[in-house]
Amino acid sequence: MTDRTYRAAPPGALRIEPLGELTAIFDRRSMQTHLVVSPMPEILDAMGADACNAAGLATRLAAAFDLDVAEDVKPILAERLSELAAMGLVERA
Amino acid sequence: MKNKLRIAVGPVQFRIGSDWAEPIAALARLYAGYPQDDTRPADATVRLFAARPWRRWLRPSVHIGGDFVVPDALPLPLSMGLLAAEMGMNLQIALGWRRHMLLHASAVAQGGRALIMSGESGSGKSTLAALLGEGDWRLMGDEFTLIDLFGGDTLAFPRAVSLKNEAIAEVAARVDPARLGPLLAATPKGDIRHLIPRADAIAAMHEPLRPALLLFPRFGGEVAVEPMGEGEAFVRLTEASTNYVALGEAGFAALTRLVRETPAFGISYPDSAAGIALVEQLWAEAAK
Amino acid sequence: MSAVRTFVDLLAGRRDPAALAPRDWDGVIGVARSEAMLATLAHSLADAGLPPAVATLFADQRAAAKVAQAQALWEAEMARRALAPTGIEFVLLKGAAYAAANMACSAGRQIGDLDILVLAHDIRRAENLLLKAGWEWVKSDPYDDAYYRQHMHELPPMIHKARDRMIDVHHTILPRTHRITPDALALVSDAVTSSAGFAVLNPADMACHCAAHMLADGDLQGGLRNLWDFHTMTRDFVAADPGFWGQLDGRASLHGLQSAVHRAARLSRDLYGAALPDGWDRQDPADTWFRRRLFARDDWGRVTDPLLEQAFYIRSHWLRMPPVMLAKHLWTKWRKR
Repeated sequence: MTDRTYRAAPPGALRIEPLGELTAIFDRRSMQTHLVVSPMPEILDAMGADACNAAGLATRLAAAFDLDVAEDVKPILAERLSELAAMGLVERA
Repeated sequence: MKNKLRIAVGPVQFRIGSDWAEPIAALARLYAGYPQDDTRPADATVRLFAARPWRRWLRPSVHIGGDFVVPDALPLPLSMGLLAAEMGMNLQIALGWRRHMLLHASAVAQGGRALIMSGESGSGKSTLAALLGEGDWRLMGDEFTLIDLFGGDTLAFPRAVSLKNEAIAEVAARVDPARLGPLLAATPKGDIRHLIPRADAIAAMHEPLRPALLLFPRFGGEVAVEPMGEGEAFVRLTEASTNYVALGEAGFAALTRLVRETPAFGISYPDSAAGIALVEQLWAEAAK
Repeated sequence: MSAVRTFVDLLAGRRDPAALAPRDWDGVIGVARSEAMLATLAHSLADAGLPPAVATLFADQRAAAKVAQAQALWEAEMARRALAPTGIEFVLLKGAAYAAANMACSAGRQIGDLDILVLAHDIRRAENLLLKAGWEWVKSDPYDDAYYRQHMHELPPMIHKARDRMIDVHHTILPRTHRITPDALALVSDAVTSSAGFAVLNPADMACHCAAHMLADGDLQGGLRNLWDFHTMTRDFVAADPGFWGQLDGRASLHGLQSAVHRAARLSRDLYGAALPDGWDRQDPADTWFRRRLFARDDWGRVTDPLLEQAFYIRSHWLRMPPVMLAKHLWTKWRKR
């Protein structure tokens, strides 16, 4: 699987409300509500404003949570990114 | 249309027209005690009509229409015209109302605060609300409950209660027969008989109340109480709402607030008495 | 006065809403709902003095239309994300295009399916990319599917499996079997970019398509709304460019749509009070039937003249298909009722 690069939603597009174990995300562009669980909110948070792929994301998440970057994490993150893209929350750069 | 009637239930003014006199007469009797404002324009229109002119008389069958129409919905025989009218009113509100978040839920109130019960049909939410409404509670609605989008308050929608099957005898034993509609036997939804809410419930129907407790009842099985997290309550209420998607961010904000501020429980109960005891017990803790 | 005429007069600005009796609103609102134009009316009377109940209902409608429009435009965005990376360009049509271009008729306008136009040689690739991006075929019977593929101007409708919204992918604006064949290549190559960044038809082509959709293709279902679109867009295009009527004539004759476009202009004059230039401002006896069809609604929102409605249904098929095929088609449809 190629490590595709994605862009996060522009600032202010998403309204993110933690609801216990779930996180509700309202997308002001699509008017859709998405209910997600960890690590989706963390991924969105780590993506920031610039474009980023799974490898870059793994590095950022590792830094944020003080973890080592394990090789097998990247395909999982790539999978999560493609799910976020299907929801329209991130976009192929 | 030849036969017509205006009814105000909660914030909604209905205009109902019919090709036949009977359903309108039956509605007029059920809703005689509701406030009347004949000059107020209608928010929603219901039409009960014959698909072909001769079907007004020949094997008359009642089609349900109005502002919104469900294609291919099966008509009902004229003997069930009252049910058709009620279904028509529910349909127009479920599909057309945008002022509040509409929850498929019953609600009752006590001490100026509201208890909301959401569940599928068969969960007993209507029967529980009807029984509570005959006791120390004020019935707010047996089918729909409205949530104010900006303040978060609960608004009543106390249409005539639609009692089904076993609940008919259970409630009929406790109320003045003058408050009951005709028995509609063997409808597609089972036996149905309408109950006119108490006069105080109708008089107070415009009073908004803070929600204090959210219950998700399930009829059958042992008595059980399960606290429900904010996330699960949110998901269930989006499923119970007919207009959540259409309300955009206002709906999202109102629902987020509702599940954060209101304790929620799933409850199971084997019979109405146990259900009511459970509700009273949880209410005593929540409304403290 | 009938509710439908009051409704049209209110939109046209010929009638003071404050002069309506409270109960007149029932019929006006009923007609507006059945024409899917309640939020349109709510927008055009946003600053008028209204009975409180009507003002509140209209505020609800405006808020809901805003949400619905964002949802509809999001479908365009998702189609763009699915098609753009491989270089397939598409042009938005109808409601989504009006909203993307922020046109007057889009205020409160209901938008149903997403309609897009692609070049005929891109259509198979577009179909595959949309299927990969989560759209799927609406289950239909084999007769309908074959009918679409052989004779229509669009793919059979697709629906997105997660968002539950339909997309219609067109390769031209009238069915292949229609006796008029608009120049699809010109439609796409002369498209313009809207304020929202999407390609939309240029003003003259947009008015041509609107008239074609209403008069050459449709059976005048939703005619009051389509005519309102046509009226407000031509009014605003002329205000921006006094030469617009001439350009419209030119494009209409390129696409073979002159008679539809002229009739649409006359009807917008007759109903909504459009001012027409010389050469357009004529009378045509046949317009009477169109006006009757457009006004055929009672105070409860019902179609009052079912025979006329049926006649327009057959007429619209007559325009779209050669007679033998029409007979076969109607027979197959009616047997299924």
